[in-house]
Amino acid sequence: MRRRAAALPVVAVLLLAGCGAGPSAAGPSAASSASSSAAPLTITVFAAASLRTSFTELGAAFEARHPGTTVAFSFAGSSDLVSQIVAGAPADVFASADEANMAKVLEQELIAGRAVDFATNVLEIATPPGNPARVASFADLARPGLDVVVCAPQVPCGAAAVKAEAATGTTLTPVSEESSVTDVLGKVTSGEADAGLVYATDVRAAGAAVTGVPFPESAGAVNTYPIAALSNSEHAADAAAFRDFVTSADGRAVLAAAGFGEPPA
Amino acid sequence: MRAARAAGGEGSALPRWVFVPAALGVLLVAVPLAAIVARVDWVRFPALVTSASSVAALRLSLRTAGASTACCIVVGVPLALVLARSALPGLRVLRAVVLLPLVLPPVVGGLALLYAVGRQGLFGPALEAAGIRVAFTTASVVLAQTFVSLPFLVVSLEGALRTAGRRYEAVAASLGAAPSRVLLRVTLPLVLPGLVSGAVLAFARSLGEFGATLTVAGSLQGTTRTLPLEIYLQRETDPDAAVALALVLVVVAAVVVVAVHGRRGAGAR
Repeated sequence: MRRRAAALPVVAVLLLAGCGAGPSAAGPSAASSASSSAAPLTITVFAAASLRTSFTELGAAFEARHPGTTVAFSFAGSSDLVSQIVAGAPADVFASADEANMAKVLEQELIAGRAVDFATNVLEIATPPGNPARVASFADLARPGLDVVVCAPQVPCGAAAVKAEAATGTTLTPVSEESSVTDVLGKVTSGEADAGLVYATDVRAAGAAVTGVPFPESAGAVNTYPIAALSNSEHAADAAAFRDFVTSADGRAVLAAAGFGEPPA
Repeated sequence: MRAARAAGGEGSALPRWVFVPAALGVLLVAVPLAAIVARVDWVRFPALVTSASSVAALRLSLRTAGASTACCIVVGVPLALVLARSALPGLRVLRAVVLLPLVLPPVVGGLALLYAVGRQGLFGPALEAAGIRVAFTTASVVLAQTFVSLPFLVVSLEGALRTAGRRYEAVAASLGAAPSRVLLRVTLPLVLPGLVSGAVLAFARSLGEFGATLTVAGSLQGTTRTLPLEIYLQRETDPDAAVALALVLVVVAAVVVVAVHGRRGAGAR
């Protein structure tokens, strides 16, 4: 009885260790167990949430060209991804929705080679289907009684919204300043908001759930997306290959179809 | 409850190995909290927690959590009485429904509220016709907090009611007291400690509410951006501010929990 009791703490420690391992440990262990057979490997790409649709497609295309290589994605807000990378998350490639977040990774000297700009994105007004409030321009967003939702200035889409306000000389009084562009889109698709400021690619991806209203002044608030291979990667060559694939003509075509603009020359 | 506590208090029968996993459990909770304290930038701390946005968030949180607790008491006390004392059919199902927010992810609760009272929700058109707008208002924050906090008050009070038993109520009734008089003069004073600890737990849960608020209320300084939402946002650009506010929330929560524990201790004695 006493002996069995003594084993219990050990079991508890093992259990705790198991609890603590979580998803972050799953990546490398999956990769190492795979590499014991043939030569298959997994590269992990941390990408901004707005890249979900196009990068999922690019990942499949990359896998088709590099048999045995699997591309695993983690999509989240760029600043969240940066915190994870700085904290040592096992990522091979990072694609950011803005230059400021890529700069933070660069500052920590975690980039292999250099960061390459691969796309741009502009803001667009999203309204519930059919645009019931008849929003036709950016200035319309300041109309009294119109419930407008934007991103908070602390996040990239909110910073772009502030620039657009300056460019148009319009002051918005939003009913909510959300922490992510996804939340803004959610408020519009659920019909709670009359209009929201999101990226052009979000409008494209939302399909029939929203009606987009582009505005010319959005050209004054362009977000540039950089991508980089990371220096802690154990698959440096493959990470660089994925980066180069995204920035190739084929990669650009997929991004253009999703509504992204050409990177700055 | 009291009997069990008294037996535990004697303590002689507790095998020693129990303390090892118990200590691990304490570490699991205490180490991350200590890590927050270690991260605080004490030089900037006073400025960070007294910035306009921080003060607005703290004020809004205290105000909405107070209002939510009041709402919980108004509907939760009768609900606990029904669950503990009535003989309605389907009480088990009713209890399961009321307790559901305990296990639901708060964001699901937020979506559910949106589908109920949002513009395009079940009662959206009716509310719109009455000129009532729920989303993006401080009232929607209170609604979300009440939704997630109500089970805490109900569970706590129902437990107290069952522990208290019906003896005194039966005596009062046999002496000719009307049901309302029994309730107000006998039952409620008897379970007051349980009610207070339930209310404090509901207040603490409201203070920490995040997911449902974000979904149904949005985030606007002074109107809907409570302390947890402010922490979530500050973390984007100023992690030091987020950590400072997190510490404020931890301290408020700790004060609340200690207050409840003190009450319970007093009740057990």
